[in-house]
Amino acid sequence: MYTPSRSIALALALGTVCSVGCAESPNLGRVATPEELAPWDISIGPDGAGLPAGSGTPRQGEAVFIAKCVACHGEKGAGKPNDQLVGGRGTLAGDQAPVKTIGSFWPYATTLFDYVRRAMPLNESKSLSNDEVYAVVAYLLHLNGIIEENETIDARTLPKVRMPNADGFVTFTRGK
Amino acid sequence: MTRKRRPPIAPEDFRAAGGLLDRRIFLAGGLAAGTLSSSSAGAEPLSVAPWMKTPGSPFTPYGQPSRFEDKVVRVWTNPPNAPGTGAARTPLHVLNGTITPNGLHFERSHSGIPDVDPDAHRLVIHGLVRRPLVFTMEMLARYPMESRIAFIECGGNGGSLYQKDPAQLNCQGLHGLVSCAEWTGVKLSTLLDEAGMEPSAKWMLAEGADASGMSRSVPLVKAMDDALIALYQNGERVRPSNGYPLRLLLPGYEGNMQVKWLRRVKLTEEPTMTKDETSKYTILTPDGKSLQFVFPIEAKSLITQPSPGLTMKGPGLYEISGLAWSGYGKIAQVDVSADGGKTWAPAALQQPVLPMALTRFRMPWRWNGGPAVLQSRATDETGYVQPTRAELIAKRGGKTIYHFNGINSWGVDESGEIKHVYA
Repeated sequence: MYTPSRSIALALALGTVCSVGCAESPNLGRVATPEELAPWDISIGPDGAGLPAGSGTPRQGEAVFIAKCVACHGEKGAGKPNDQLVGGRGTLAGDQAPVKTIGSFWPYATTLFDYVRRAMPLNESKSLSNDEVYAVVAYLLHLNGIIEENETIDARTLPKVRMPNADGFVTFTRGK
Repeated sequence: MTRKRRPPIAPEDFRAAGGLLDRRIFLAGGLAAGTLSSSSAGAEPLSVAPWMKTPGSPFTPYGQPSRFEDKVVRVWTNPPNAPGTGAARTPLHVLNGTITPNGLHFERSHSGIPDVDPDAHRLVIHGLVRRPLVFTMEMLARYPMESRIAFIECGGNGGSLYQKDPAQLNCQGLHGLVSCAEWTGVKLSTLLDEAGMEPSAKWMLAEGADASGMSRSVPLVKAMDDALIALYQNGERVRPSNGYPLRLLLPGYEGNMQVKWLRRVKLTEEPTMTKDETSKYTILTPDGKSLQFVFPIEAKSLITQPSPGLTMKGPGLYEISGLAWSGYGKIAQVDVSADGGKTWAPAALQQPVLPMALTRFRMPWRWNGGPAVLQSRATDETGYVQPTRAELIAKRGGKTIYHFNGINSWGVDESGEIKHVYA
């Protein structure tokens, strides 16, 4: 996909360039403790590692959505004035205009937790509790027909949610 | 001292249809009298302007452009309810050379421009490393630095050219999400070496300190190859709209990955699959599948002068000028057409031609006053040739807005008006 320089390829193949700091390097960074980093370490990958304690259901999420999200994303996530979050299944292929939503397009449910927690609501990001984030994620998954109304979303169940467009992505290769 | 003047333009000077001339014609000294001069009949004596008769204004702490240049500004669009979310575009049609002034560098922000206090800001490197590290800006300023000139282009630049009908916008509106600056900072590889990468680390998550916590996964190979923690932009500290106090520079990669207000680098085995590398910045193709991790910008070029809004002032000799760039290396050649791509002639490339930097091309053109369709076509040092719009869309469809690099066409009519056309 990209062409590394030979030295870098070799360094990566060997695992390290300098094991613990290069002798000639300034080495000014201070070693950070896990406790110190915890508040910043908010990214969640598809394996769900790092998801916090807490949980939420679609019903709890509906209340959060009405209070915090509906003004921008519309009733039941129908969109307007900002992004549509629900629907659009079956619009990706062919000549029609695609409707890309969480349900039709997003390949991983973990991304939804990661993004809502870090960036939403737009005017007061990082204001929702972990329970509120889990709940609103559950509500949006339910509106998209991905989970049932009585299901609970938490650190254990979220990474297991299979998104409808999970197989919809192909890693780009130049020239193909 | 006398300079040899070249004779008036002769038939052998034409290189392609529609009046395209040999690229060396402007280099070989002035054209002989009679080719360019206009009538001097009835001319008034030149006046001595008032600013030559009284002292000018005093010094100012930070210089500003002339008040007569107040139309040379960025323009932007943003979604409802989100004034700081969106993109502000560089006025490419009224700039020249290759370096974008800092106040005019394009910006794309996902939740406004944060007012980051450099004394309170930290850069963290952690994840699959032996020693997680935290850096103050003061510490980073003590590291050895490098400078490199690099373009940054938004992955969505030119996205409206996927539409069925040509959008009636100017160069700025269509293509203004690309800029070029000299970036100075610390090599990311130096800091990663100090942290000590685990053998399983293959990717890194780069995260910004804006309200959206903008984040992208970057291949560790790229991070170790030429990534820079940029502290300076064209000699001064990076502007807030471009990531003050520091941004990630990934030469040649789509702008979204070059995370501004960088606060955290986390080494991982797999990509994190953030919102901006799944639901956005992926290319949906007509079979319903999406191309993911489309990182370098393919070779692309654009005529900036003349272009819409810069109306031709009658038949005669003009310079066609534009920009070419490739995320895969240097620009090798730019060809220009004045007849919608039927015939081409090579343009002169302004030196130095640098990898992953904007390259200025120039081409003399004698416009005969008739209709013309101006195009440019870049070839990069890997041999890749910029495709026509039709070729790009045949391959990729029109369901995306990302990574448009097809040939752009400006239609010139008999009145000298220029508009965006498909040809």
